[in-house]
Amino acid sequence: MSFATWEFLGFLAVLFLLYHTLPVKCRKPLLLAASLAFYACAGWEGLCFILTTALTSYFAALGMDRIREEQEAYIKAHKELTREEKKAKRAAGTVRLRRILAICLLFNLAILLVVKYADFFLSSARGLFGLEQGRPLGLIMPLGISFYTLQVTGYLVDVYRGTVRAEKSLWKHVLFVSFFPQVIQGPISRYGDLSKTLFNAEKTPAKEFFFGLERILWGFFKKLVIADRLAIFVGKVIGDPGTYRGPYVLLAMILYTLELYADFTGGIDITIGTAQALGIRVAENFNLPYFSTSLKEYWRRWHISMCSWFRDYVFYPVSTSRFMRRFTGLVRGRLGDKAARKLPLYLASLAVWFCTGLWHGANWNFIVWGLLNWAILMISQELEPLYDRFHKRFAWSNTAPYRVFMILRTFIFIICTMNLFDCYATVGETFGAFGSLFTAGGWQALTDGSMLKLGLSAVDFIVLAFSLLLVLLVSLKKQRKGSVRELLAQRPFALQLMLWGGLLLCIILFGIYGIGYDASQFIYNRF
Amino acid sequence: MDELLDILRELHPDVDFETEEHLIDDAVIDSLDMAMLITEISETFGVVITAKDILPENFNSARALYALIERLEEE
Repeated sequence: MSFATWEFLGFLAVLFLLYHTLPVKCRKPLLLAASLAFYACAGWEGLCFILTTALTSYFAALGMDRIREEQEAYIKAHKELTREEKKAKRAAGTVRLRRILAICLLFNLAILLVVKYADFFLSSARGLFGLEQGRPLGLIMPLGISFYTLQVTGYLVDVYRGTVRAEKSLWKHVLFVSFFPQVIQGPISRYGDLSKTLFNAEKTPAKEFFFGLERILWGFFKKLVIADRLAIFVGKVIGDPGTYRGPYVLLAMILYTLELYADFTGGIDITIGTAQALGIRVAENFNLPYFSTSLKEYWRRWHISMCSWFRDYVFYPVSTSRFMRRFTGLVRGRLGDKAARKLPLYLASLAVWFCTGLWHGANWNFIVWGLLNWAILMISQELEPLYDRFHKRFAWSNTAPYRVFMILRTFIFIICTMNLFDCYATVGETFGAFGSLFTAGGWQALTDGSMLKLGLSAVDFIVLAFSLLLVLLVSLKKQRKGSVRELLAQRPFALQLMLWGGLLLCIILFGIYGIGYDASQFIYNRF
Repeated sequence: MDELLDILRELHPDVDFETEEHLIDDAVIDSLDMAMLITEISETFGVVITAKDILPENFNSARALYALIERLEEE
């Protein structure tokens, strides 16, 4: 069951009604039942997969917690132990913790690797050895497996590191893993953050409930009015790369960037809004990413939960690993201090961006996308002293117009490189499409009405222009004044009703839904 | 402490590390800075900082970071 379906709206209505009318003690069992029912709608096989992950991680975390407890109790009870003996005791405990962690992680990551990447690895291997491509295995890909596997991995590592205690209650743990609003496209929550409100059985203030509904409405506006309208044009262009080249690719690149933003942030708005209406706080996943002045800043603002996950659970462990310390020593001996500071860092970043690319999809396109990000970020890092000198030397480079230029530059860069890899099926098609910008010609297509023959009429483009302007104005307001819903809540009730009613009317009138349209799929569901 | 301040100043000459208390929370140092910092600290102080030590409370200020180094030296 995807968010953009009538079934989901019906599901939410029933859940909200029961959740806010039944006694508070019934809420969490209800939420667990709702989450499992939501997941089961996508097929019982998927439910088996997520429950397997939930159960294995539950017992692994409990096992690690118990070892740590026993170890600390032993040290406390034996005050005569010397520092060295305590250290040895803890080291022995760490070995046991690491063993449990490794077994559980390998098991769950192996599931992810097999169901998501088996076909990709097989076809790549066949290609490499010049063998004939066979039929794909066509394994079932459980809904949201990429998201909940990372979430569970983060939880297990946190328990291993001792930054959180293992969840003792099995049903609470299953709810943490399967919490339905976030299971299909994130955010990838941390146990320490989500558990504060997920298991908190208190009455939800009316304000929270209505703020949640408003956010859901805003998410549907972005998804149905903007993203699904843009998807019509973008889908036609990328679906036929042989025909649509040059100007078509240019417009599709720009529109896809806007579609991706509206689709993903719209989906996350529905996720966070649904959770908020249930009195649960889910971490924000975006911070106005298209206002970034550099690619580095963009990755601090876009898909925040994924980026911080890869930082905390891949980058830091790799960059501080024993292997990396040895490598640093080796580089220092051969190439000097400066190289020893940087080369290991770049190697660890390479691992992160390779994994990030692979996580996005079983396709070479995403791997190239990850490596491209890595290369640009590392070049930027090297050029940073030069940028600093530039900004110190030229005062005008610190003015608002120059900042706008930097935002536009970053935006154009993201359009031209990053997002193009999302669209096309292969690396060859991606480079072919990009190359056609310089070779295809036919630029009169931008003005002679040819663009209006790809599913979107002039009225559609006008609707898009106004809708995107509204999103831009709301974003600017948010950046300057904070929560727009808080600001609106201070206005007269009649005005609030008019604005939110107007938004609902816009969705009903201009949303892309109904017979002939498939509004059910969000772009990030496929990752 | 002076050695640590020297390392930090080399990383970001424009930051007053003696008074700054929100190095992580305010994104004054990012993940790449952090990795370089850890390499330098390991080299200078001979301590091993692992991923589990990378918490905002250990890196938000020079003082907190120095306390972490002292703790690791004791261990």
